[in-house]
Amino acid sequence: MTQFRAAKGGRIDRSSAIEFEFDGQTYKAHPGDTLASALLANGVHLVGRSFKYHRPRGLLAAGAEEPNALVGVWRDSARYTPNLRATTVEIYPGLKAESQNRSPSLKFDRAGINGLFSRFIGAGFYYKTFMWPKTAWKSLYEPTIREAAGLGRAPTQADPDRYSNRHAHCDVLVVGAGAAGLSAARAAAAAGARVILCDEQAEMGGSLLSDVHTRINGLTASAWVASVLQELKANPRVTLLARTTAFGYFPHNHLGLNEKLTEHVAAPKPDQPRERLWQVRAAEVVLAMGAIERPLVFPGNDLPGILLADAARTYLQRYGVKVGSVVAVVTAHDSAYQTALDLHAAGVKIAVIADTRAEVSGDLAAQAWAAGIRIQHNSTVIGTRGKLRVTGIDLGQVSGSNVQPLESIACDTIIMSGGWTPSVHLHSQSRGKLVWDESLSAYIPGQTAERTRSVGSCRGIFGIAASLADGTKTGAEAAGTTSSITYEVEETRLANTGFIGALPQPGGKPGDKAFVDWQNDVTTKDLALAMREGFESVEHVKRYTTNGMATDQGKTSNMNALAFLAAGLDKPIPAVGLTTFRMPYTPVTFGSFAGYSRGELFDPVRRTAIHDWAQAQGAVFEDVGAWKRARYFPRGNEDMHAAVDRECVAVRQNCGIFDASTLGKIEVVGPDAATFLERLYVNSWANLKVGQSRYGILCREDGFVYDDGIIARLAEDRFHVTTTTGGAARVYAFMEDYLQTEWSDLSVWLTSISEQYSVIALQGPAARRVLEPLVTGVDVSAQALPHMGVVSGFICGIPMRLFRVSFTGELGFEINVPSDYGRAVWEAIYASGQPHGIVPYGTESMHVLRAEKGYIIVGQETDGTMTPDDVGLSWAIGKTKPDFVGKRSLARSSMHAKDRKQLVGLRTQDPKLVLEEGAQIVDSPGQKAPMRLIGHVTSSYHSAVLGHSIALAVVRGGRARVGQTLYVPMPTGDIPVIVTSTVFYDSEGAKLHG
Amino acid sequence: MADLTGIPTMNHLTTARIAPQVTRSHWLAPLAPRSRFSLRAAPQVLALAGAAFGVAPSEQACRAVVQGTRAALWLSPDEQLLLGLEADTASIQADLHAALGKAAYSLVDVSHRQTALEISGPNAADILNGASPLDLSLAAFPVGMCTRTLLDKADIILWRTQHDVFHIEVWRSFTDYVTGLLSVIAREYES
Repeated sequence: MTQFRAAKGGRIDRSSAIEFEFDGQTYKAHPGDTLASALLANGVHLVGRSFKYHRPRGLLAAGAEEPNALVGVWRDSARYTPNLRATTVEIYPGLKAESQNRSPSLKFDRAGINGLFSRFIGAGFYYKTFMWPKTAWKSLYEPTIREAAGLGRAPTQADPDRYSNRHAHCDVLVVGAGAAGLSAARAAAAAGARVILCDEQAEMGGSLLSDVHTRINGLTASAWVASVLQELKANPRVTLLARTTAFGYFPHNHLGLNEKLTEHVAAPKPDQPRERLWQVRAAEVVLAMGAIERPLVFPGNDLPGILLADAARTYLQRYGVKVGSVVAVVTAHDSAYQTALDLHAAGVKIAVIADTRAEVSGDLAAQAWAAGIRIQHNSTVIGTRGKLRVTGIDLGQVSGSNVQPLESIACDTIIMSGGWTPSVHLHSQSRGKLVWDESLSAYIPGQTAERTRSVGSCRGIFGIAASLADGTKTGAEAAGTTSSITYEVEETRLANTGFIGALPQPGGKPGDKAFVDWQNDVTTKDLALAMREGFESVEHVKRYTTNGMATDQGKTSNMNALAFLAAGLDKPIPAVGLTTFRMPYTPVTFGSFAGYSRGELFDPVRRTAIHDWAQAQGAVFEDVGAWKRARYFPRGNEDMHAAVDRECVAVRQNCGIFDASTLGKIEVVGPDAATFLERLYVNSWANLKVGQSRYGILCREDGFVYDDGIIARLAEDRFHVTTTTGGAARVYAFMEDYLQTEWSDLSVWLTSISEQYSVIALQGPAARRVLEPLVTGVDVSAQALPHMGVVSGFICGIPMRLFRVSFTGELGFEINVPSDYGRAVWEAIYASGQPHGIVPYGTESMHVLRAEKGYIIVGQETDGTMTPDDVGLSWAIGKTKPDFVGKRSLARSSMHAKDRKQLVGLRTQDPKLVLEEGAQIVDSPGQKAPMRLIGHVTSSYHSAVLGHSIALAVVRGGRARVGQTLYVPMPTGDIPVIVTSTVFYDSEGAKLHG
Repeated sequence: MADLTGIPTMNHLTTARIAPQVTRSHWLAPLAPRSRFSLRAAPQVLALAGAAFGVAPSEQACRAVVQGTRAALWLSPDEQLLLGLEADTASIQADLHAALGKAAYSLVDVSHRQTALEISGPNAADILNGASPLDLSLAAFPVGMCTRTLLDKADIILWRTQHDVFHIEVWRSFTDYVTGLLSVIAREYES
């Protein structure tokens, strides 16, 4: 045991000693310690270097508000977490931690020299200092900033841990399990409500866990906490979540809670999730977040060994740790007296209680006096002594506006209290208003925007008895009832006083190194500079000085900065305004947000019924939306080009089989089905006969092509509509939108059948011979089933919808069979095709084959600005139709301008040269930038069948340019191209109709 | 030309039927293939269909009615999902077309569009709540309740068939995702 471990007390397990490592050195601790309490027990105060000036820093707090002690903790090379607060890291055997922002060591830090230059890196330095010379940016400023920027180091390996997610609902969510939260949860649970109670700490109880004086119903505070927790635990309608931070308050009482599951465990089971994200939808929320003690702002207030008074009490009473041997107390609030008395009782020398107030009354002051502790009224602090640890305090005496140096007192620790700031973070996040309470000198929750209530000290109700009563009343109210629960409390009453802003200094000057924001290294001088430079809005000052930013979100700094600004601007505090509290309340890991969405589960991966067959054949897949589609089927050592050449030739000469199952399919049924399609698509549908299909084009209201597909009429009142693979969901939504909002008079319904059918495309001159032996009940001859014919029948005894359609320009069929039969039918067709040289082909060959025929792909030839006419499809428009979606837009004169971009074909002089898709087109060679761009290449391939490259492009007035030579400017020079028709192959369509 | 929709189902090739693979465990089971129909019509026509189908459709929102081997799930005021034996696919279709005659309705066979899973056991609701934002307490989601909903990034139909048994209908290509997701969550309940 070290001299700093108190002889008794605390909630640590003294019977067991565990070892941990900090900055390579091994120390001893007890179960129940935090990293912070364990370091203090070993006399270690110096735990970090500050962000900007690299000043030596110690522990300021004992909880989540700690701004200084940011450490890296790791279990192994893949599990390194930077920027953890040492105050919230629970000790386990073998814990390894290191300080940050120092090089090479905490005691000697090279960048500590920043302190010497600190007058050059004050507020807004990055806006000013690095302005010139311009050439210094690359060589000096940027490398320097990169070196200095950021805090902690990021882990370099993938996170091996698992993260859990739970959605939960409750009647009452209580945030914070101190006196107010526990009594609120108890009252709500007693009323029969479904309650979730969460608390960020390892143990529930809040400040009651370090309160050894108060008695509740005759029990010590901690015994009362234990009894309430036991009662709540026994209630099946109550969920208790310790180590769980409510970090975000989202609309409609949706709160994000982060539960740490294994951070405190020495050897977590490999399968156990590390954290759980709770997404709670609460009917009512009770916020019992407590209050945070305010530091005092005086010169040199950031030395290691200077900490908050209540933190010192927590270290003593909860962790059995004395923060020092000789302690000076600076306070504006009674609560520091209790700490002084507790420390005194534990054998710590209290050098002085320097009280900023003119007079102090009450029990605690009397007890301190009786204990022989020196109390100095009207005090201020005008400086501190020490380098890596405080060694003394320079007190000043205030009289009126005059400050006189008083005395220098030796000490190894200073504890301070500026009073208490209610934690209004979540109330503010919920868009609740804050109101300034003059008597408390604090912002407290005002008008709420959600079903939420604040209780206890987070709304300015201080004291255990008052918090218990407030929690009870409000907890019951949230559960829709009233409560008769009362508590007998014996406690010391404290006056609600405090100090905000900077302590007065001689000559009214701010003084040196008087820190307001410890985490972001903001001093009173920085704030004063910002004001001198004209920054008056609190939001501007925040960003210019970085006060209250980053992970800290101003927990300890906001109010002091505000008061300092108000004094400087000579305005009342509420007139200065308040910055918004942002989520998260404390940092949340990326892993927690990612949850299960990683690896295979990052996004659904959709596979067709035929996928496994293609995989067994060695297909290479590509992602199309969420689908995996076979791109090509390489044989032997073929690369993609060789495979695609072979597949294309096979389709043109013999027969190919293609998995088109991913196409969107919608069954449109009802007496008004034809009318519905008539209004939606540009084509005519009323005249489409049963058993026939038609190529349909869907435009948006602006007249631009949105989707396309084959639409078949299965019966008078039944259509089978196909969409593009990527468009399936949005076209369905587009249709539903129109049906429900514009044409609710129509009697027609939409059903997605995309996944009901596997679609097997069989294409090529031999397609009919392959298909014929397998089908029954249908005649697939050219006479009985012409191009665009549709018929129902059976294939291998399986019911099918058979479409005679082609996206290759060959004789083709698309066989729709119920999906679970897709694989069997596919294999049957493949077997039947063997004597005919059938080959499976993928999306890449499909692209080439359709481009040889000039068939467009929506999203490739179109980009949301192409009309049907632009892509050569005006023939599809039903000219006599009174209306369709987009018709009015297409009537605008600009839609018929002669220089609109139109789809054309391009041929290169060099048959081997394949243009780059997306390449721009100009009409004369040798242009200098900016060139006059008249179009771009949309599709470009090598065609093995034709023996040369082909390209589709959109070019201004393109159809009138057929035969002209245009140029594709590339880094290697202009490539001359000849404008052609879009159809490169079988322009008469003889093969299609074969 | 004849109406092309009256397709009889052939059952002699059921061995060729390959549904999405689901690994069975003590809390997860794939359910046998079924006939499924999406029936859309005005409420009075749905009532007429109920007589032919043998299950009177629920008038209460988000409730399933089970009668013998058949079930009708309320999905929206004009939409019922009808479930029956696989062997009854053709007869269900024929019976409904005959009963509804000239009424305005849409009957679409979606038997193969989706697969069915059963999640059961004391942790069933908790496992689902790893990805489902619904309140699955018995008070809010009683036995017999069904709804179209999201399971993280997948659309599903969720139906509580017993106290601790849930029936999930999911589009076939999302089966891997849904079972994979639920399996990862369920690992948290393995001791």
